[in-house]
Amino acid sequence: MEARKIELLVGVFITAAIAALVFLAMQVANTTGALRGETYTLYAKFDNIGGLKVRSPVKVGGVVVGRVSSITLDSEYFEPVVEMKISVQYKGFPDTSTASILTSGLLGEQYVGLEPGFIDDGVMTLEDGDQIFMTNSAMVLENLIGQFLFSQGND
Amino acid sequence: MKAIQELGRNTLNTIRGIGNATIMLFQALVGKPQPLKMFPLLMRQLYVVGVQSMLIILVSGLFIGMVLGLQGYTILVDFGAEQALGPMVALSLLRELGPVVTALLFAGRAGSALTAEIGLMRATEQLSSLEMMAVDPLRRVIAPRFWAGFLSMPLLAFMFSAIGIYGGFVVGVQWLGVDDGAFWSVMQASVEWQHDVMNGFIKSLVFAFVVTWIALYKGYTAEPTSPGISAATTQTVVYSSLAVLGLDFVLTAVMFG
Repeated sequence: MEARKIELLVGVFITAAIAALVFLAMQVANTTGALRGETYTLYAKFDNIGGLKVRSPVKVGGVVVGRVSSITLDSEYFEPVVEMKISVQYKGFPDTSTASILTSGLLGEQYVGLEPGFIDDGVMTLEDGDQIFMTNSAMVLENLIGQFLFSQGND
Repeated sequence: MKAIQELGRNTLNTIRGIGNATIMLFQALVGKPQPLKMFPLLMRQLYVVGVQSMLIILVSGLFIGMVLGLQGYTILVDFGAEQALGPMVALSLLRELGPVVTALLFAGRAGSALTAEIGLMRATEQLSSLEMMAVDPLRRVIAPRFWAGFLSMPLLAFMFSAIGIYGGFVVGVQWLGVDDGAFWSVMQASVEWQHDVMNGFIKSLVFAFVVTWIALYKGYTAEPTSPGISAATTQTVVYSSLAVLGLDFVLTAVMFG
């Protein structure tokens, strides 16, 4: 009788722990964060990446389609090269697409915004390992202020 | 001259203590596994160490989550960033407060009880009687208690974090009026399974090991008198708390630094 009660309570204990774990997994944590499943790789060169970091999201129209997997400096032209892993679920962007580094909100994190370009007969789709040529760099606040002051001074 | 000698003696004693503790743990845990004999003992200890600590863990988790929700809200609302309440509550619980406060409460609730129990077993010569009957007290008494502590503390830490987040939700969303959807979705966007939940789990495994080990060693080597047991119980709580807080800094620096 005593042993049964103890076993029952230990069972309740383990169940409560599993319930807590399931709650953390389903409701709290972002298990798809590492973007599981198959991905393909795209590259883009920017003049300035601002505050972009590895694991920053890649978004198309606000939908997360992939993540930045590495940021390196091109040894020839000293330009930052951003490598992005895009889920194979989102395949076939035209190679006229534009990649920009955008900021969510005024002070939010930076992400890569992918803008699909026009589709025409001569337009190829972006495949694994391709580079996006049309890019817009990050907006750097100091440069903007500098330009503003400079244009003020000319008046 | 005398002070230097004192320092040397203390150092040697500390090293000897760590060595003895390691030998005790090794002898208790390493050997032919006897699942049939171990299982009922482990069940019993899981009940004493785990189930009976559940109430204090759940209640303190709930209140700590509620306090985090309240304090976080009053600061974040100044910046119009009260949507960030969810990640603030969840990350501070999963990364720090869950493992650490669980370990501190566990040291006070279960660690001290383990030390007193084993110390009293030694004082009343129950351990010697076990040896007389050719039962290894390390395998029979120490091992099940160690496994029970080592297994139950991470589970308790999960419960602590989960109910703490719920407490933050109750205060933040239902009382102070943070948007329900934003609370959960911003939380989900910034909490990551691998980086946050699993690192917290690793932390609580380390703390479980250290706290249970200290409690068992202090009880096993307690002086078999009333003041001796009382001193050993105090030392268990003090040493485990210090070890937990110190290790927490090291682990945080390695994991999130």
